Amino acid sequence: MRKIDTNDMLLQVTTKITAFIILLFSLHLFLAGHNNPGGGFIGGLMSAGAVVLLLLAYDLKTVRRILPFDFIYVAGVGLLVAILTGMGSFLFGAPFLSHAFDYFQLPFLGKTELATAVLFDIGVYLVVVGVTMTIIQTIGEKE
Amino acid sequence: MQLIHFAILSPFLLAFVVPFLFKYVRRIHTGWFVLILPILLFTYFIQLLQITSNGRTLFSQAEWIPSLGMNFTVYVDGLSLLFALLITGIGALVVLYSIFYLSKEKEQLGSFYTYLLMFMTAMLGVVLSDNMVVLYLFWELTSISSFLLIGYWYKRERSRYGATKSLLITVFGGLAMLGGFILIYLITDSFSIREAVNQLQLIMASPYFIPAMVLILLGAFTKSAQFPFYIWLPDAMEAPTPVSSYLHSATMVKAGIYLVARFSPIFAISEVWFWTISIVGLITLFWGSFHAVRQNDLKAILAFSTVSQLGMIMLMLGVGAAAIHENNPAFFGAAVLAAIFHLINHATFKGSLFMAAGIIDHETGTRDIRKLGGLMTIMPITFTITLIGTFSMAGLPPFNGFLSKELFFTSMIRISDISFTDVSTWGAVFPAIAWLASVFTFIYSMMIVFKTFRGRLNVDQLEKKPHEAPIGMLIPPIILAALVVTFFFFPNILAYSVIEPAIQAIIPEAIQTGSRFAVKIEAWHGFQPELYMTIGVVALGTIGYLTLSKWRPMYNIFKEKWSFNALYDRSLIGVEKGSYRLTNSYMTGFLRDYLVYVFGFMIIVLGSVMFYKQAFSFQTEHAASIGTYEAILSLVMVAATVTTVFARSRLTAIIALGVMGYTLSLFFVIFRAPDLALTQLIIETISVALFLLCFYHLPKLSLKQKTRRFKLTNLIISLGVGVVVTCLAFASTSQQSLDTISTYFIENSYKLAGGDNIVNVILVDFRGFDTLFEITVLAIAALGIYGLLKVKAQGKRKRGVRR
Repeated sequence: MRKIDTNDMLLQVTTKITAFIILLFSLHLFLAGHNNPGGGFIGGLMSAGAVVLLLLAYDLKTVRRILPFDFIYVAGVGLLVAILTGMGSFLFGAPFLSHAFDYFQLPFLGKTELATAVLFDIGVYLVVVGVTMTIIQTIGEKE
Repeated sequence: MQLIHFAILSPFLLAFVVPFLFKYVRRIHTGWFVLILPILLFTYFIQLLQITSNGRTLFSQAEWIPSLGMNFTVYVDGLSLLFALLITGIGALVVLYSIFYLSKEKEQLGSFYTYLLMFMTAMLGVVLSDNMVVLYLFWELTSISSFLLIGYWYKRERSRYGATKSLLITVFGGLAMLGGFILIYLITDSFSIREAVNQLQLIMASPYFIPAMVLILLGAFTKSAQFPFYIWLPDAMEAPTPVSSYLHSATMVKAGIYLVARFSPIFAISEVWFWTISIVGLITLFWGSFHAVRQNDLKAILAFSTVSQLGMIMLMLGVGAAAIHENNPAFFGAAVLAAIFHLINHATFKGSLFMAAGIIDHETGTRDIRKLGGLMTIMPITFTITLIGTFSMAGLPPFNGFLSKELFFTSMIRISDISFTDVSTWGAVFPAIAWLASVFTFIYSMMIVFKTFRGRLNVDQLEKKPHEAPIGMLIPPIILAALVVTFFFFPNILAYSVIEPAIQAIIPEAIQTGSRFAVKIEAWHGFQPELYMTIGVVALGTIGYLTLSKWRPMYNIFKEKWSFNALYDRSLIGVEKGSYRLTNSYMTGFLRDYLVYVFGFMIIVLGSVMFYKQAFSFQTEHAASIGTYEAILSLVMVAATVTTVFARSRLTAIIALGVMGYTLSLFFVIFRAPDLALTQLIIETISVALFLLCFYHLPKLSLKQKTRRFKLTNLIISLGVGVVVTCLAFASTSQQSLDTISTYFIENSYKLAGGDNIVNVILVDFRGFDTLFEITVLAIAALGIYGLLKVKAQGKRKRGVRR
C-alpha cells in the first residue's frame, strides 16, 4: 500500500486500542459460533478486518513487523488443519469428517462442551484470515 | 492387507524415503540403498514358484472401495508370477548397473530412483491385480513414471519431446482400455478378470464383445509399441540407458503382451482376436526389423529391434489363440510356449545388449556406429557380452534365441493347419514374411557387433579415450549373458517351474486336469523345415550384411514426410493451433466480456428452464407484509444502485456499492438472521477496503469509450438478470411443492451435533464437506492472485536489472 504522507495521529492512536478490541471480539465470535451467531468464517473475517485497520492506519512495513509471517502459509496451515480433522475420524473407523462432541467438567469453566467441529472451524478461521490478508497484501504492495 | 500387497507397494513406500537418503547421505550412492529392495522382492517371488508350479494360484483381497466393486485384489498365477520375476530380477540388475552409470555428484539421483521405484510398484501392480480398475490405475502409473524417466534429462529438447510423445500415445491407449474394462463391467457386473473368465458365455453373447476387445487391444498395442503406435519407442531412447534397458525393453513394453495374454481366455474364442493380433504382430515384426537396419545410433537399432521382437511375441500369442478353436490344443499351444519362452529370452539378451550399448556410450562418448569401430581389443568383456546378445537375437546356436526362433518358425509353419487359413494364402504369407523379417534381424544384429568392435579405431572421432568399463557396470550384463547361454543348454529348468504355469493361465484348454503340457524345448530335432529356414536366414543374412553399403541407400525412398512420426507431429501442431485459435476467439482479456458470457449464460439457462417447466408464478400470500423499515431500506438500495451506475467517478461508485451492501445486511437484521447480517457486514467492510486498494491501480474511468452498442448490451444483460432473478425469487416463494429441509436441521442440530446455532452447525458439521471445498477454493484463489501478481512483479524487477 502506498505510504500515506499525512500523519494520521488520531487514526493511529485509536487503532492501537481498537485493533485489539476487534481481535478479541473476533475470538469471541469464533468461540461462540456453536451456540450463538459467529463461527470460524465470521471470526476469521473480523480478524482480517482488524489487520486491515492496522494497514490503513500505518503502512505495510509496520504491519510486516508486527506480524512477521507470510499469510499464504496461514491459509495453507488452515487447510491442512481442516483436512487432518476430517481424516482424524478414520482413526475411529468413521467416514471422513465425522464429528463428535461431549460435555466435560473443566476447572474454572465448569461444564463445557468440547466438539471436534471446533478443530475444523479453526481450520476455516485460519484459511479465511490467510486468504483475505494474502489478497489484500499482494494487491496492496503491488506498485 | 497381506504380505503380497505390501510387497507390491513396498517400492512405492521406499520412494518416499529416497529423496532424503540422497540429500543427507551423500557419501554413499543412493542406488545401494535401493538395490536391497528388488533383491528381497525377487527372492520373495521365487519362493512363490512353489505354489504356481503345482498348478495352484494365490488369491488375496484387500478392500479399497467395496461399494463400487473396486478392491485391491492380488491374483498370482503362472503368468503374473513370471512377469513379477522379470520385473524384480531385471530391476535388481538395472539398479546395480545404474549405480555405476549415473554419477552421484552430477545427477539428481533422488528423483531418478524415486521414479524408478514408482515404476516398479506400478508394474508389479499391473501384473498382479485381478481387479480391472486397479490394473488400470497401475497401468497409468507406469505411463507416468515412464514419462518422468524419459524426461529425466529434461533440459534436452529431445528428452522432453520423447517423454511427451510416449505419454500421449500410451495414455490414449490406456483410456481406450479403461473403456473396454467398463464394457466388460457392464456385461458381468464385476471388475474382476477371473469373474469375467467364469462368465465367458455371457460375454460372448453380448453385443459389447467386439468393442470391448478392440478397446482393450488398443491399450495393449500402444503400450507394447505395435504398428502403427510404435513411434514413441525410438524417441523414448532419450532416457538414461538403465531406463531403456528396464522399462523400454524388459518390462513396461511387455505390459501390452501381458494384457493380451491375460485376456486370451476371454477373447481368444473369436476369430477377430486371432486375425487382429496376428496381422498387427506380423507387420510390427517386419516393420521393426526392416527399419532397424536403417539406423546409425546403437540405441535406435535396439529400439527398432525391440519393436520387432514385441511384434513377434504378439504374433505368437495370436497364433496360440488358434489352440482354442481347433481340436488339437497342444499342437497350436506350442505357439504360446514359444511366446513365453521368447519373452524370457528377449529380456535376457536385449537387457544385456542395452547395458552393453550404455557401456559403449559411457566409455566412448558416442553411440553412432559410423564413428565407432575397432573396440574389440580395448573392451574385450563388453565385446563378448555384445557378441552373445546379438548372436542370440539373430537366432544362432548356442544361445537361447536359437531355441525360441526355431519354436517361432514351427508355429509359423503350423498356421497353414488352422482350419480357417490355407497353405495357398495366409498359411504361406505368415511364414514367408516372418522369415524375411528374421533375415533383417540377422543383418542388424551383425551391424551392432561388427560395426562397433571390428574395423578401424578412430580415436579422434570419439569424445573420450575408450577403455573397459568398471567391473560393477559389467556384472549385470554378464549375469544376463550367462543366462542366455544357460537357457540354451538347460532350457528345461524353466519348463515346468515357469513356462507351463504361464501357459495354463493363457490357454487353460491346452492342459487337461491331471495331465501336463508337454514343454519340449530341444536344440536338435532333425532335418526339419525349421532348420532349413534358419540356414536360409544365416546365408541370406550374411550376403545382405556384406553388401549392406550397396542396398542401404534404398531406405531413402521412405521420405520422413510420409512417416507416422510426421503425422504425429503435424496433428499435434494442428490441435495446438486449432485450440489456440478457438480460445483466442472468446478469451479477449476484458473482464467485461467475461461478465457478458457469465450473465448471458445464466439468463438463458435459468430463463429457459423456467419457461420449459412453466414455473412462472407470482403469488404473494406466503410473503410477509411490507412495513415501513422495508420500504425505507428498499428506497435506499435503489438510490445506491442508481448512484453506482451513473457515478462519474469511480470512488463514488465504490462507496455507493458499499451503501448497498450495508443496507442488505440491515435487511438480514430485520429478518432475524444475525449470522448472515454479521457476515455481510464484515464482507462489505473488507471488500470496500479491497476496492480502495485496487483503485490505485486502475486507469481513470472514461465515459467516452463507451459506445452505444456497449451500453445497449449492458442494458439488455442487466435487465435480463434482474427479470430472471425476480421471477426466480417469486417462483421459489410462491410454490411449495417440496418440504423444506430446514425442519430437519432445526430438530437435529442440537441432538446430533450439540450446537444451537443451526447456521454454524450446517457449516461445520452437516455440510462440512461443502465448507472444506469452499475453503479449498478460497485458498486456490489466493494462491492464484499471489502467483499472478508476485511473479509479474518479479519479472519486471529482473528485466529492470538487465536494463
